[in-house]
Amino acid sequence: MATIWDILPGLGDKLAAHVVLSASAIGLAMLIALPMAVWASRSAVVSRVALSLASLVQTIPALALLALFFPLLLSLRAVFGDGLPTLGFLPALMALTLYALLPILRNAVTAQANLDEGVLEAADGVGMTKWQKLVLVEAPLSAPFIMAGIRTASVWTIGAATLATTIGQPSLGDPIFAGLQTQNWALVLAGCFASAGLALAADNLLWVIEVGLAKRSRAMTFGGMAVVAAGILAALWAQGTGSEERRIIIASKPFSEQYILAQLIGARLEAAGYAVEYRDGLGSAVVHSAVASSSIDIAVDYTGTIWTNYLKRTDNPGREAMYQTIRDWEARENGVKVLGRLGFENAYAFAMRGDRARALGITSLGDLVGKAPQLTVGGDPEFFERPEWIAVRDAYGLRFGKSRNFAPTFMYNALQSGEADVISAYTSDGRIAADKLVVLADPEGALPSYDAILMLSPRIAADKGVIAALQPLIGAISVEAMREANLAVDREDAKKQTPMQAAEGLAKAAGL
Amino acid sequence: METPAPLLRFDGVICRFGEVTAVGGVSCDIAAGSFVALVGASGSGKSTLLKTVNTLVHPSEGRVLFGGEDVSTLEPARLRRRVGYVFQGIGLFPHFSVAENIAIGPRLAGEKLPPERIAELLALVELDPAFAKRMPDALSGGQRQRVGVARALAGGPELLIMDEPFGALDPVTRDALGRKVRELHERLGLTTVMVTHDMAEALLLADRVLVMDKGALVADETPRALLAGAGGTVAQRLVSVPREQAERLAAMEGSGEAQR
Repeated sequence: MATIWDILPGLGDKLAAHVVLSASAIGLAMLIALPMAVWASRSAVVSRVALSLASLVQTIPALALLALFFPLLLSLRAVFGDGLPTLGFLPALMALTLYALLPILRNAVTAQANLDEGVLEAADGVGMTKWQKLVLVEAPLSAPFIMAGIRTASVWTIGAATLATTIGQPSLGDPIFAGLQTQNWALVLAGCFASAGLALAADNLLWVIEVGLAKRSRAMTFGGMAVVAAGILAALWAQGTGSEERRIIIASKPFSEQYILAQLIGARLEAAGYAVEYRDGLGSAVVHSAVASSSIDIAVDYTGTIWTNYLKRTDNPGREAMYQTIRDWEARENGVKVLGRLGFENAYAFAMRGDRARALGITSLGDLVGKAPQLTVGGDPEFFERPEWIAVRDAYGLRFGKSRNFAPTFMYNALQSGEADVISAYTSDGRIAADKLVVLADPEGALPSYDAILMLSPRIAADKGVIAALQPLIGAISVEAMREANLAVDREDAKKQTPMQAAEGLAKAAGL
Repeated sequence: METPAPLLRFDGVICRFGEVTAVGGVSCDIAAGSFVALVGASGSGKSTLLKTVNTLVHPSEGRVLFGGEDVSTLEPARLRRRVGYVFQGIGLFPHFSVAENIAIGPRLAGEKLPPERIAELLALVELDPAFAKRMPDALSGGQRQRVGVARALAGGPELLIMDEPFGALDPVTRDALGRKVRELHERLGLTTVMVTHDMAEALLLADRVLVMDKGALVADETPRALLAGAGGTVAQRLVSVPREQAERLAAMEGSGEAQR
């Protein structure tokens, strides 16, 4: 396993992207907040409204604020045309700017309100125009307080910018999110370490400028500003050296299977001569729209997810019909090409410990009906509210003695320790094989299928090279191979692998 | 004696702030070269009236004429360069040196004051030229107000208006600075209007005392006439305070003599 010190040097790109994003957001927030503060100092109403709105923004969790800009920008395409980016830098910039507004605005307004009355009267008395008063008196006297606000905003923004990963903007959040999902703690620590270091460095530099302003020391003020400018320029230069040609962007949702499949797809495309880029850990809700709008190019999604979330269907016409309907719907409505099914499902299923199932003589959901009142069922926290559970319960008339919620990781432990007899599992989860669990058959077809399907954005839907490179994946990945790869990434022992290593193993197992 | 053309004329000035009428119709002329004290209790409207001169306050009705021109028609920044303003809050710019504070008015007009002129202005208010480089927070209260006066005089104003200029100073400094301002008034041929609530200060410095009460001008007398009992009840009540204090002090001295 790589240590944090091996990982840090490789984070240069992410750091540069993080610096550029944060600096842009703070700069933009200053451009908005400072004139607004001047206006607010002239009008109590403006002051109250501006501060209330900025405070309101702060009450929205940063993660949600970032995600909200995706549908907003998508709807704005009606006005600005399809060239408007909906993922990546633009929405991240907008959300972080909103977030940075409050501390800057509040400090600037407070600084203005606390200016010595006598000094302001003197400014009028000696004949300053409003502009001269602002430039010669109000701005320089408020500057140290405004700088303190900018410092606060910078620390917040640099921290919150790690969340930009979820909307496809590269940042120091990339290693954090990837590490969290694959339980690679060195990766998580490296990302946290880098972003905390950046925040501290920015805080200290801006502190130097603040003290310089307060003590009227030009050396400190301009020295601090020069170092800040140099840092931003270096980051811009580092970003500028990347190629500007559009690469093929492969998305993954935040769980191991998605990371592995993204690496598998990427490796095949690179072997075919394509330049690829990964957008790891995208929010599940964002991925589908992002493919449809060509903000990303390739994603693996699941039929059941699209069926309920986008087609808004609640019936279950069977695995084959569901796939055909989705494929046609995607082509017709979104221009998205569903290249095909990878061959495995990541469905909800009910699993039991092998010995327990044998002892009770249970192999299918139908066998459970009579025994259920004596048994305890465990599910992830949302499971008992999901349509899948309701469908199964009603189709078989299942009445369990007890139902309990567990975090997904602990469900398997609960099964082992006997705290639960049956759990809701994911069929491609590596722990099914590792723990020798029995997946109960579903003769009534109550559970919808979750075939993993490969989706291509309209931009590359007709790209023969891409299709040729990816066609061999269709139907090639068995659920056993996928489970093994997932387990390799999820396990905690010395055999733990990175998603890239697991992808290589998966390719071998699939005979590619 | 023939009255010279007035430099300043208040013409039916009324100032209202919402429900409150601070100045309720004041008309009077102030001759060039005179030193006028505007006296009254707190809330009598004297400061408000004074601030209509440099348009820090705009009258609700009536007008203020400066050199025959309605001040509301003059560009505020230009007007305020011709009217030196000294006030209780002093308001030195804390981020400017003493020299920069003094030079601000001319600087706004695009003129750079040479160091000799700064030294001359400092000398006028009896401060050492070495003060030029100091920052305001390194000065005592009295020194600050001296700089405030020098700043008001830097642009060579025709009129000096002062709002409780010595109100925050200790009595010794207050007396010394009062005399200094009176002396500068004579030397530079200024016209001066000083707002104060201290009748003794008004009587000792001014050559004309206006008394305000509840927004109205209730007396307009020379100091000598006020001491002789003119000006009506409000004015006499204000005059009686320093007079009685002086009498008590004199009596104390007398009895001290007697005891010896």
